[in-house]
Amino acid sequence: MKPVFMTYTKKDLINLAVCMVLSVLVIPTFITTEYWYTSILIPWLCLALATIGQQIVMGYTGQLALGAAGFMAAGAFAMFNLILRVPDLGFVGSLIVSGLIAAAFGILFGLPSLKVRGIYLMVATLASQFFIIWMIDKFGWFKNYDSSGIITAQDIVILGKPFTTPLAMYFVCLAVTTVLTLLAMNMARGSTGRNWMAVRDMDIAAESMGVSLLRTKVQAFAISAFYCGVAGALFAFCYLKSLEPVAFDIKLSFKILFMCILGGLGTINGAFIGAAFILLFPVLLNAIGNNVFHGAIDATIISSIEQVIFGGLMIIFMIYEPLGMAKLWENIKQKWKTKIPSSTNLKSSLGKKT
Amino acid sequence: MAIERKFKIGKPILEVKNISLSFGGVKAITDTSFDVLEHEVRAIIGPNGAGKSSMLNCINGIYKPQQGTVSFKGKEIPNITPNLMAQMGLSRTFQNLALFKRMSVLDNILVGRKLHTKTNFLEVAFQLPKVKKEEKINRERSEEIISFLEIEDIKDTPVGKLPYGLQKKVELGRALATDSSVILLDEPMAGMNVEEKRDMCRFILKVNDELGTTMVLIEHDMGVVMDISDRVVVLDYGKVIGDGTPDEVRSNQKVIDAYLGVEH
Repeated sequence: MKPVFMTYTKKDLINLAVCMVLSVLVIPTFITTEYWYTSILIPWLCLALATIGQQIVMGYTGQLALGAAGFMAAGAFAMFNLILRVPDLGFVGSLIVSGLIAAAFGILFGLPSLKVRGIYLMVATLASQFFIIWMIDKFGWFKNYDSSGIITAQDIVILGKPFTTPLAMYFVCLAVTTVLTLLAMNMARGSTGRNWMAVRDMDIAAESMGVSLLRTKVQAFAISAFYCGVAGALFAFCYLKSLEPVAFDIKLSFKILFMCILGGLGTINGAFIGAAFILLFPVLLNAIGNNVFHGAIDATIISSIEQVIFGGLMIIFMIYEPLGMAKLWENIKQKWKTKIPSSTNLKSSLGKKT
Repeated sequence: MAIERKFKIGKPILEVKNISLSFGGVKAITDTSFDVLEHEVRAIIGPNGAGKSSMLNCINGIYKPQQGTVSFKGKEIPNITPNLMAQMGLSRTFQNLALFKRMSVLDNILVGRKLHTKTNFLEVAFQLPKVKKEEKINRERSEEIISFLEIEDIKDTPVGKLPYGLQKKVELGRALATDSSVILLDEPMAGMNVEEKRDMCRFILKVNDELGTTMVLIEHDMGVVMDISDRVVVLDYGKVIGDGTPDEVRSNQKVIDAYLGVEH
C-alpha cells in the first residue's frame, strides 16, 4: 500500500480519524464519571507513551533494557523543577525540555549497550533505574527541600488557561500522546526505523552496510528515554498529581516491559493494546470478584490471581505468539477477511444448486 | 573472453599484502598477498578450512590481522572497520546468510541504501520534503535492483520466510543497493541446486557486465569458479598455492595436489 500523507497509508488515516472521533467526541460526551478519566484513560495514555519508548529500544532496536520508570522519574522531576525554577518556559516547553533531560540520561545509560548485550545489558540498564531514583532521594534540591517526601505537582497552565479538571487533563495527555505517536510511526517506518531493525536482526551485517552501531544504539536509547521522560512528566502531573520517587520504582519498569511484550514487540499499536490490557485486566478481575462472587473472594487473593494470570499469559505469548496481541489482532482480522468471501461463495453455490 | 567488455579490466583496486591472522595458536592465514583488478571477477578458492572466509573478514574489517596491510583504491587502510569499508565503497555478503530476518525483502535492500541516506531522525520524524525526496530515490533504486534480480513477487515477504536460494539472492541485492565498486561474495552458491547455481552465476556476470562492479567471490565448486572468473587465487592451509587465470590454476600441480590429494 502506498502512503498518502507522510508515511501513513489510506487505512492508517481512516484508523486515525476513527480514533480521533472516538477520543475527542464520543468519549467526552458519553463518559461523564470522573473515575474513567482519572483512573483509566489518563494513565492508559501516559503508560502507552512510555511503552512506545520501551518499544523503540527493545522492540525495534532489540536492546534488552529495563529502566523505563527511571527515565520517567527523570522526566517527572525535571518537569517539576522547570516549572518551579524556569516558569517562562511554559508547560509545553517544560515538557519538551524534561524529555530532553531524560534523553541525556538515556544516552548515558545506553552506552553499555555497545559492549554488552542480552540479559547482561538488562542488568546494566537496571543501574539507571536505581541511580536516578537514588539521586532524586539523595539530593534535596530535586525535591525543592520538601521534607514530607511527597510533593504536590503544580497545576497545568497552558497559554494562561488552567487545565485542572480530569477532562481537560485527559485532552492534554491525548494531544501529547497523539503527536508523539505519529512522530514515532514516521521514524519507525522511515530510514531511522530500518536502521534500528537492521541492528536488531543482524548487527554485523548492518555495520557492513554502513549503519553505525554506536550511533544507532545510542540514538534509540535517547529517543526511548525522551518518550519515557515525557510520559513520566504527564504521569506525575495528570495522573498522580504528586511527585514521589517511590512511584517510579522497578515495579513500574516491569509493568511497562510486560505491556511491551504482551502488546507485541516491534509494533506501535501494540503499545496501546498492551497498556490497555495490563491496566484494564485488574479492573475487570475486581468487577468479576464483586459482581459474580459478591466479595466472597478476598481482595488480596484477587491481586494474587492477577499476578498468576499475567505470568501465565507472558509464557503463553512467548511460546505461541511472540509478536504479541497486535499480531493476534492482525491474524483475527486476516481470518475474518478470508472467511467472509468464502461464506458468500458458499451461499451462491448453494443458490445454484436449488 | 571473446566478447568485448563494456568495463575494461583496469588497475588494482584492492591489494592484500602479507596478511597473517591467527586465533590463539591456530594460524588461519600466513603471509598471504594478492590483488584484485578493477572490474574483474576474482575468485578465492581452496579446500575447507583454507582460510577463505577469514580472508574476506580481514578485507572487510571484521577480523583484525596481526600482520599485513589492506589497500583499497590506492590507499593503505590502517584501522579497518566494516563501517569504514562500506563508506569507501566495499560491500559484502555472508557465508551463513546475515539478512534482517523480520524485515521484508524491500526493507532489507533499502538498508543497503543507508550510505545514500543523509537525513537524520528528526527530519524523518517530521517527514520533511527532503526526506520524501531521498526516500523516493532510494525506493526507486531498490525496486530497480529487485526487478534486476527477478524477485518482484516476493518483495513484501519477510526474508525469514523465504527459501535459502532466494535469501542468497536478496543478500546479493542488498550488497548491490550500496552501489559499491567492489562486492565480496562469501560462498554465494553454497547449498544451491544446479539450476539456482546457474541463475546466481548469471546474475554475478550480469552485475559485473552491466554495472562494472568488481566481484570477489569465494566458492567451493571448482567448475562454477572456472567458468565465471577472470582470475583465481587458491588458498590451502592459509597460504597462496596458486594464482592466475582459470587455465593456469587448473594445470598447477600444487592445486591439483591440494584438491585431489597426493600420494606420499
